[in-house]
Order: sequence, then C-alpha cells, then structure tokens
Amino acid sequence: MLWADQLFYVSFASRVMIYAIAATSLNLVLGYGGMISFGHAAFVGTGAYVGSILVAEGVTSAFIGWPAAIAVSALAAWIIGAISLRTRGVYFIMITLAFAQMMFYLVNSMKAYGGDEGLTLPQRPSLVFDLGGEVAFYYVVLSLLALTVFLLYRLGKSRFGRVIDAIRQNEARAEAVGFPVYRYKLACFVIAGAVAGLAGALLAAHGKYVNPNVLHWVQSGTLMIMVILGGVGHLWGGVLGAAVLLGLEHLISDYPIGWLAQLAPNYQQHANLGVGLVMLAIVLFAPQGIAGLFERRKHASP
Amino acid sequence: MSLILIAEQSLNGLQFGLMLFLLAAGLTLVFGIMDMINLAHGSLYMLGAFLASTFVELTGSFTAGLLLALPATALLGMLLEMSLLRTLYARDHLAQVLATFALILIINELTRLVWGSDAALPMPGALSGPVDLLPGLPYPAYRLLIIAVGLVVAVLLFVLVTKTKVGMLVRAGASNREMALAMGVNIKLLFTLVFGAGAALCALAGALLAPLLAVQVGMGENILILAFVVIVIGGIGSVRGALVGALLVGVVDTIGRAFLPILFGAFFQPRVASAAGPAIASVAIYLLMAVVLYFRPQGLFPARG
Repeated sequence: MLWADQLFYVSFASRVMIYAIAATSLNLVLGYGGMISFGHAAFVGTGAYVGSILVAEGVTSAFIGWPAAIAVSALAAWIIGAISLRTRGVYFIMITLAFAQMMFYLVNSMKAYGGDEGLTLPQRPSLVFDLGGEVAFYYVVLSLLALTVFLLYRLGKSRFGRVIDAIRQNEARAEAVGFPVYRYKLACFVIAGAVAGLAGALLAAHGKYVNPNVLHWVQSGTLMIMVILGGVGHLWGGVLGAAVLLGLEHLISDYPIGWLAQLAPNYQQHANLGVGLVMLAIVLFAPQGIAGLFERRKHASP
Repeated sequence: MSLILIAEQSLNGLQFGLMLFLLAAGLTLVFGIMDMINLAHGSLYMLGAFLASTFVELTGSFTAGLLLALPATALLGMLLEMSLLRTLYARDHLAQVLATFALILIINELTRLVWGSDAALPMPGALSGPVDLLPGLPYPAYRLLIIAVGLVVAVLLFVLVTKTKVGMLVRAGASNREMALAMGVNIKLLFTLVFGAGAALCALAGALLAPLLAVQVGMGENILILAFVVIVIGGIGSVRGALVGALLVGVVDTIGRAFLPILFGAFFQPRVASAAGPAIASVAIYLLMAVVLYFRPQGLFPARG
C-alpha cells in the first residue's frame, strides 16, 4: 500500500502527464506546423465532454469512450480547421480563438449535462481492468503519453513531417513545388485535435468531473504557455512545459515561502502575477524555451 | 406588443454594437498599422472602468469622472506601448500573443491588488428612469445616452480618419507601413498616439458600460473576444469595417438572444426549443463570423490592397 501523501503525488503525476499529452498535441500544430492556433482547448474540451457523457450514460468501457472522444474531437478539428485554414496570420489566430469560444458557450448551454455547473461522473471508465486506483490510472496515462511522444517523433521524421516543416518555413515555396499545402495543414490540425481529444477524455476520467472551463480560452492560452515554456517545435517541449508549469503552480500554492509571506501575507492568491511575469520574461529573453537552453543554437541569431 | 419588443431589442443591439465599435476601432488600427496582436486591449477597457469608478467617487460627478478616466487610461496605454509593446513589433505573432496574454494576467492581478475584485460605478441618478421614445415605447434614458455618445464618437472618428491629415497618415500606415515609412511618416510617434487614442476609446466604452454590466477583474476578456470577432468580420485595419462589423455583431447577438428562443418555440416542441434556442443564440455571432470568413477570408472591408 502507498501512503496518502504518495498517492497524491501519483495522482498529480497523472495530471501533469495528461497536460503533457495535450501540450504535445498543440506543439504539433504550433511548433511543427507553425500554425498559431489559439483554440486548442476546444478539442481537449470536446474529448472531455464526449468521454464524460458516455460514462454518464452508462457506457463505462474506455475502449469505447476514448476512441469516441478522439473521433469526435478529430471531427471538430476537421470542421474548424477547414474554415480557419482558409485564413492566415492574425485572422487565423482570432478565428481559432472565436471557434473555441463558440464551443465554450455551446457546452455551457447543454443543460442536460450540467450546463455551467459541470458534470460529475459516478466512476472512471474502465479498460479490461478497473482504472479507479491511482496507480493503475498512472500507468495507463504514462503509456499513452509515451505513445503520443513516439507518434510525434515518428511524424517529425516522416515524409509528412518534412512537408509540414517545409510549409512552416516557406508556404509559398512548398505550394510552388507542388504540395497540396492546405490539405497537409488540415491533416496536421486534425491529428493534433484528435490527440487533444484523448487528453480531454483522460482529464475528465482523472478528476471524475468536467465543466465548461476546460474549453475556456485561458486554457488555450495555458497550453500555449506550456509549449513555449518547454520549447516550440522540440519533441519534449510539451512534456517539459507541462511539468514545469504545473510543478511551479503546485509549489506556489502548497509550499508557502516564509519571507515572502511575511512581506505580502496574501501572495499565494496572486500567483498569476508571478506566472505572468515569468511568461513575459520567457517570451522576451528565452524564446526557445527550456528545451532550447539545452540545445546548441541551430540557427545564428538574426 | 411584439413590435415594441422588436424596436426595443434593435435599440439594445445598436447600443451594444456602438460600444463594441469603440473597442474595435483602436484594436483594428493597432493590428492594421503594426501587424501586432494585442490581447491586452481588453485590460485597458477594464482599467478604464476601474479608473472611472474611482474618479466618479472622488469627484462626485459621473461626467467629471468619465472625462478624467479617458486621459488617464490613454496615458497608461501610451506608457505600456512605449515601455513594452514597442519591443514586440519585430517579433512574430506567437510571441505577441504570449506576451500580451502574460500582460492580461499581470494587469488583472495588479488591478486586484489596487482595487480588489470589483468596484461600483452607479448610474447617474438623472438618467436612471425611462423616456418615452414614442407613445407606448419607453426606453431607458441611460441607454439612449450611450447610443448618442457612441454615434457622436463614431462620426468624429470617421471624419478624423477619412478627412484629416492625421487620419490620412493613419490610413497610409494601415494599408502599407513600409511605404508610409519611406514617405517620411513618423510611424513610431503616430503609433504611440493611435495606441493612446485606442486606450481612451476603451476607457469610454468601459466607463459607459460599467453601470449596466459589472466593474470586475476579468471583464475585459470576454468583450475582447467579441471585439476580435468584429474586426475579423470587418477586415483588419479598416475603421469602416469595424463599424459595420460592430453593428452586425451587436444586433445579431442581441436580436438572436431575444428572438431565437421564441422563433424556435414556434417550430419545435417546447423541450427542444428551450434547449436549442439559447444554445444557437449564444453562438450566433460566431456562426456569422464563420460564414463571412468562408466567403471573404479577408473580412468585409480589407484595408490592405
């Protein structure tokens, strides 16, 4: 048996890894594809809701629930991507944001599934074995994270990955060489949406709870921070970013710093001030993220 | 009865659209001239409302408080532009999104430290009652004031941008920044001024809407996304587009919320209607945006040509 304290950290590690899956999927769009999607939480949220609704309706097998979450999220990504990818630049950023907001309001109005109060699940879905225990769940999430990173690694090395990279570097040139740029970008967007849907289903299963805030645009922003923090376009960027950001958050809220608490008694309530300042510093001074610090610069600075 | 309701809701839509225009006008010029995505625009709207609430309390007059809040917010905006945002122009959109997202978090927390989570900005007493627009059509006086102010500012802005020398420089910057630079326009100064003006418009919208909505931390974020929808529909960099987009969004949103549930009730079973009506109404403007972008990916009035 594990101690309660240890159990907490097993559960915490699962949460970090679920966010790592979501951030890694965003990294495929953002870092590999160079598409600045500001609505990734929509796909995480879609997966979370599909997974939860199935459990709430009595379909407790994860073999049905998770693939369904992946499929519906992929479909959502396909529809949103097909419209959004017709635009570029600032338009693309804002239209993805607006679509995510639209999904946010849609789930908010689903009164049958909790509306803005969210949906509490009676249990976690199960695979061939029960996933109610934190340890079993941990290993399942770990395997899925490994699979996700492996998928990203293979994608990056594949022909598909090379084309996506070429499009990111110079879209006009890739188009001129004869690649169907739009279809490649859409495929990239849909794959990322599907993986985000899996992360969403896991997130809902982990907390046995889902509410519309998983689709809130601040969530999209947080996922982007994770990717930037870890390293845009680096294989481990999403994983590193999720671990560092959630770790920091946990440290700030659960481990009071004596001298700071004396200086400002309520500082833990204003943790976002620290998060914002750290983010700003990273954007201004370390645009390559943490992974970039460990790697020799590939390109000379401009 | 139903005709009165339609008139009332149309006026509400107009009022909301005009306030959106105040926000979107500054935002669209910032995008247009510097190709800079500024998420912190909503924070200026929030700061404007909080500053107005403080100034109204200090001076005891709604008008004086409002007039003090405008230059104060403009000053804060210009300081922000000169100290930080200026360094982001040369960076890519991703860096701009993240840096200004960070700014939202920072400004929200600073606001919470200074003012607390919310503040009060009561409606001026003289305007709290209704006015009879037509016999049998009462309408809140304060909302009428908002409509009047919004219309005046919209006209002034339109004249400023389309008829004056400064406006010409702004339009030149929005349609081709490099060319404007080459022709000797001081883009740096121009942009600081545009940013300040945009901030003042934000403050005006924030302070005017404050008695109707709530003055609270985070109030800027939701309306910011609506302002994005407006300028995407209108075309980035175009003030005319911002006006058309804002009125479209304001009217579609207000009318949709008021009438879609009723409309659905006429065609579907009550159970379906009560679920689908509000759901469709809340996403109506996003559907509008999707349709516009599908046919015109550059928006209705693209500024770059």
